[in-house]
Amino acid sequence: MANFYLDNPDLKHHLTHPMMQRLIELRERNFSEAEKFDYAPMNYEDALDSYERVLEIAGELSGDIVAPNAESVDCEGPHVIDGHVKYAEGTEKNLDALVKAGLMGISLPRCYGGLNFSLVPYIMAADMVSRADAGFVNIWGLQDCAETICEFASDEQKQRYLPRVCNGETMAMDLTEPDAGSDLQAVMLKASYNEKDGTWRLNGVKRFITNGDGHIALVLARSEEGSKDGRGLSMFIYDRNDGGVKVRRIENKMGIKGSPTCELVFSNAKAELCGERRLGLIKYVMALMNGARLGIAAQAVGISEAAYREALQYAQERHQFGKAIINFPAVSEIISVMKAKLDASRSLLYETTRFVDLYKTLEAISKERPLEKDERTEMKQAQRKADALTPMVKGMGSEFCNQNAYDCVQVHGGSGFMKDYPCERIYRDARITSIYEGTTQLQVVAAIRHVGSGTYINLIREYEAMEVAEKFAPLKEKLQAMTAKYESSVAAVTADKNAEYIDFHARRLVEIAGHIIMGYLLLADATRNDSFSTSAEVYIRYGEAEVEKNSSFIASFSPADMGSYMKK
Amino acid sequence: MALKIVVLAKQVPDTRNVGKDAMKEDGTVNRAALPAIFNPEDLNALEQALQIKEQNPGSTITVLTMGPTRAADILRESLFRGADNGVLLTDRAFAGSDTLATSYALACAIRKIGDYDIIVCGRQAIDGDTAQVGPQVAEKLGIPQVTYTEKILSIEGKKISVLRRLEHGTETVETSLPLLVTVNGSADQCRPCNAKLVQRYKYAKTPTEKGNTADQSLYESRPYLNLMEWSAAFVDADLSQTGLAGSPTKVKNVESVVFQAKESKRLSDADNEIDELMKELITNHTIG
Repeated sequence: MANFYLDNPDLKHHLTHPMMQRLIELRERNFSEAEKFDYAPMNYEDALDSYERVLEIAGELSGDIVAPNAESVDCEGPHVIDGHVKYAEGTEKNLDALVKAGLMGISLPRCYGGLNFSLVPYIMAADMVSRADAGFVNIWGLQDCAETICEFASDEQKQRYLPRVCNGETMAMDLTEPDAGSDLQAVMLKASYNEKDGTWRLNGVKRFITNGDGHIALVLARSEEGSKDGRGLSMFIYDRNDGGVKVRRIENKMGIKGSPTCELVFSNAKAELCGERRLGLIKYVMALMNGARLGIAAQAVGISEAAYREALQYAQERHQFGKAIINFPAVSEIISVMKAKLDASRSLLYETTRFVDLYKTLEAISKERPLEKDERTEMKQAQRKADALTPMVKGMGSEFCNQNAYDCVQVHGGSGFMKDYPCERIYRDARITSIYEGTTQLQVVAAIRHVGSGTYINLIREYEAMEVAEKFAPLKEKLQAMTAKYESSVAAVTADKNAEYIDFHARRLVEIAGHIIMGYLLLADATRNDSFSTSAEVYIRYGEAEVEKNSSFIASFSPADMGSYMKK
Repeated sequence: MALKIVVLAKQVPDTRNVGKDAMKEDGTVNRAALPAIFNPEDLNALEQALQIKEQNPGSTITVLTMGPTRAADILRESLFRGADNGVLLTDRAFAGSDTLATSYALACAIRKIGDYDIIVCGRQAIDGDTAQVGPQVAEKLGIPQVTYTEKILSIEGKKISVLRRLEHGTETVETSLPLLVTVNGSADQCRPCNAKLVQRYKYAKTPTEKGNTADQSLYESRPYLNLMEWSAAFVDADLSQTGLAGSPTKVKNVESVVFQAKESKRLSDADNEIDELMKELITNHTIG
């Protein structure tokens, strides 16, 4: 009997962030649907109350159904039967419960049967479901592919597909191929247009497809014969009811074993074009991936939470040398830092989510009516921040998740190495978060642009201008000193405009910016809610040392030193 | 076929996670110290009702509960899970009812609802554990009853087929509508509260809860938000059969029994030890 929403007051703290009012008012178009739908809110308070009530349901199902099933799902895993996926029994039960609770299509418009919630509660539900079972969130969370249909498909396609997602059908995004992983421009799956019946047909192979046998799939395929790069790729919608795709095998993975990772064979599979030809990779996949990266960041935070709680509980219960091991500084420091990293990545997660939600909602409104000048500015700024923070939270959040999983096993000592405690599964599940939807290294590639363009430093200056509680002045001074180091490091690295040199140090620069940004976010949290003050202090001290490490490495380095690091 | 389904439910103190202060000095339940919840087996009953409704489009589910004002919580919870409306049977005259007086009051209310096809209730409540109310209601209404239901298998015309849970297995019985079934805790778990229904019904209130303060226009424009609240007089109850007056049960003595592990045995998970234990349990007829 656990409720992952009610047992974690940090979630409510983020749900009630001051910016939520603006997000909800925009999302609800000033509450114009209250007359049309009996479940639409009448005002801001009403909407927020509904968010909480629905998160309580998600929290209850996560705690009472998904979490208890996690171990058996990890053991049993999915199977392939006659070219289709059969989920583990526990997965079926989880999905049934979440569908019956109406937790599908959470942020889709009501006219398609969605709940029209802000992305914040959706990401929060993903955070809790991941804490319960990181593998399961992949199946349930792929509902965010529907956002891409909602954004780019035709009205008629939206009418046909979105209600199905809201009613519980699952989705997949079929991008990766054996020779096209990080480099999606190399996608070969062939889409050919059949003039006779006016349909598109898909032929080829996809690999590493999460929930590859989902009811509705978005497929990236080469529609322009003879083309070689990303501009020859289009996005298609494949409906499993039409047939033509077989699951050849399911990968045997290290972790998230309940999530079926499929190899798919497309044999003249009927599909329909989504959006415009040639924009598949350059426009739609980019949108899809940004959404998915936010989802993985939520998954990472959820796993971090699970790791922290398991470590804390074990350290309180395990006695050695006549006392609980948490009373040894070596152990309690590990656990304090785990909590600080957890809180920091969660703050960044919801900050990013708010900006994504803000610009996406304004963008949707811009299709209904022309935006006011202020709104256009607001949208542009939010989008810039969202684009800068998404790779940061995916990259650093997933690394923190891995560190917390490592530390969780460490706190368990020898017992943690056995399969007797959940920490072993958490450790394996965590590992993928820094790999899929773009490795940490690729997140740095996306993020480094925002070092050069100044988005990060501008954001840091905005945070610096915010009021913090007086007692946090010393911590703020630390952040200001860290910012000075960031600026001198950026200046040193970019002075010669040597692209290779910038790439070499990119990780360090992005991390420095990340530590400062997360430090400020925690100070803001602690100012609003004192329960975050310990994490703010611990994290800023941790970040200070990390910034020192990275900036001193940069300060004593020159382009000529790179040679020793260039293995061929 | 559209059926009129009545679910009987009770709000009970959560006796599953009891602390030190769960009982008062005099041995009665300290209701203040325990959270009030939907009686678990009544949730199993609601799930059976919801499944019947799904299989018989157009059916309606009315949840009936007897209790104080706060028992309206479980009516709302029923709506969140898919019921159509709720009735709170509440009156000072019902205070102190034993199972007989409770059955009488519920039977009066069910007659008031009228034209029911099937009444579904949990096997027993976790506060009293008597399992008497369901069967007594059926007796008072003069309709057949099926107890310990595992699943309602089918309803065709007036014929119903029910799977019962027995001590060593199951049996399938057939009978006719209208009838009352009591549902076992091993039956399907109740589906969760639904996000849309929670938003639709969250302001549902009884007249007492609404008082004079609530936004009356909301309740006029959205009639489904009005929960019914019935008194003893409204259901034509004979006051000599309700509450303490109608309750022959008298508590003679209450004893607080604390179990202690005086003769506990510790076993390892070795095969031979488990084997020995099985033999011992079979020999002394604990199992087998």
